[in-house]
Amino acid sequence: MPLQVERVSFGYDPTHDTSDESARSFSLVDMSLSVQRGSITGLLGPNGCGKTTLLKLMAGVLRPQTGAITLRGRAIGRMPRRELARQIAVVPQETHPAFDYSVLEMVLMGRHPYLGAFQLESPKDVALAYDSMSTTGTAHLAERSYMTLSGGEKQRVVIASALTQAPDILLLDEPTASLDLAYQMEVASLLHRLNRDSGVSMVLATHDLNLAASLCDSLVLVRSGRVLAHGPTRDVLTAAMIRQLYDVDADVHVHEASGHLTVVPIRHVSGEAP
Amino acid sequence: MLTRARPRPIRARLAVTLLAYGALALGMCLLAPLVGSTSISLARVFDRSIPFADNVDAQIFFIARLPRVLAGAIVGAALASAGVVLQALLRNPLATPFTLGVSAGAALGAILAISFGAATTLGPLSPVPLASLAGAFLAAAIVYAMATRPGRPISTSVLLLAGVTLNSFFSALILFVQYMGDFAETYRTVRWLMGDLDVGGFGPIIGALPLIIVAFVIFALLSSSLNVLSVGAETAATRGVDVGRIQRLAFISSALATSAAVSLAGPIGFVGIVVPHLVRLMAGVDHRIVLPAAALFGAAFLVACDLVARTVLAPVEVPVGVVTALLGGPFFLWLLIRKG
Repeated sequence: MPLQVERVSFGYDPTHDTSDESARSFSLVDMSLSVQRGSITGLLGPNGCGKTTLLKLMAGVLRPQTGAITLRGRAIGRMPRRELARQIAVVPQETHPAFDYSVLEMVLMGRHPYLGAFQLESPKDVALAYDSMSTTGTAHLAERSYMTLSGGEKQRVVIASALTQAPDILLLDEPTASLDLAYQMEVASLLHRLNRDSGVSMVLATHDLNLAASLCDSLVLVRSGRVLAHGPTRDVLTAAMIRQLYDVDADVHVHEASGHLTVVPIRHVSGEAP
Repeated sequence: MLTRARPRPIRARLAVTLLAYGALALGMCLLAPLVGSTSISLARVFDRSIPFADNVDAQIFFIARLPRVLAGAIVGAALASAGVVLQALLRNPLATPFTLGVSAGAALGAILAISFGAATTLGPLSPVPLASLAGAFLAAAIVYAMATRPGRPISTSVLLLAGVTLNSFFSALILFVQYMGDFAETYRTVRWLMGDLDVGGFGPIIGALPLIIVAFVIFALLSSSLNVLSVGAETAATRGVDVGRIQRLAFISSALATSAAVSLAGPIGFVGIVVPHLVRLMAGVDHRIVLPAAALFGAAFLVACDLVARTVLAPVEVPVGVVTALLGGPFFLWLLIRKG
């Protein structure tokens, strides 16, 4: 089990007295989950439930107040940042650089945790960057300005940059949220190929239940900072669970042409707090 | 598509940048001392057969003009590279070395020294640069203390707001001291605020140099991290950057370079904003290229501006801060239009 989250609680405002548990407002409460080697794990839950916070904790950007996050048994908080960055890479929801970097420059930044004292990339680093650009279909954009790309191209460049980090685990925060249908499918099949061919484990926060159904081996359902359910996709993605998670009645069935579960939302169940 | 040439690797780009911009800066530093009210010849300046005591050209070159040119070069280099670092730290292309209140603090220190302490000297050191350095450090310390909390990344919005507020606050104090002062003091303070590279010898330059060297060493170590940081603080953290540490070092080093530059020559405007943008238009945005290029181009730019300042209306001198904006502004706009 490469990445393990054990009884983690986290609050964004840790200014209160840490000894008084009840006085603190936690964003995540007593969360436990594990990411299996070579798997794709989906994080589902309503807006503000703590998916992004959980990803940031797993990436080591945030530190939990209680509990532990371990990578192959080692607490990630104790690992040097560069070493952690060689094993876990992150694809954020959106990336807005302050300056007009080229696609190649953006992708090469993935080599940052490997650079030596002079901080200059070697030909090997450049070759790795071109490899990830080929994998993501962005090599022809190498000299283009990142800022002028379409949403789908940008997302593929950011994925290429994360791949250039040569990680074992890729954390993705709503990677298809701002993309049209064709790009959503393109990114989904890219992630599927990466997982199958390179064995990269992935954790993927998403609102797209059908994407999760088609791509993820297992799901973690999160509501109000707590784990509601955690297990194989076909066991967890049920009409009853979707109702608990989103207060939405939905039809869940196996779609014959695609071969995976599909979710058709029917109606929002009013009367309950969302 | 497959046979298309790849962009030049970073090592080659860095070598070309250092050679080209280095030649520009060196050429400007050799050319500028030759021009002035008395024209001198470079061959005669470096003619070893004439003793220095009899070589008027060498005396004019080394004693009268070179200190001013070197002051221009290191102030230009310091302000331009501090501008690059602050723009990356704040992720804001409009940031300048003076955005964070450092120059206003320096100005307040200088003006207090001019108004109240001009007669006192501390050995060989004159009070105005020392007071302005103290003012700059005080301003930087206030802004830094406000924006940092232990174990957290710097709040760049607090940094920006505290700097802008401190600028206004110190400017009001400066106006008040000026209003209370007599005519001669007010003239001197206004003149100081316009910037002046006639520092009066090598002594003040040697005094400022250690601070600027320390700042430049830190800049060099930060350059790759600044690339990743300018993409986003959280992305940088996932790429192995210790964001809090890099931000603190970026702030401290740019404050150090700015304080040294302003205490040496006054708050010469425009170099710290326009040179970084000029260099990005010419050489791209990678900080490993932009930082050395901006330092060298800033040196050449300020030496050139000062050359214009002391020759265009000779024997009257135009304040160099006026020239930087008058020359740099249209040039920058022209480059923007051409590239746009």
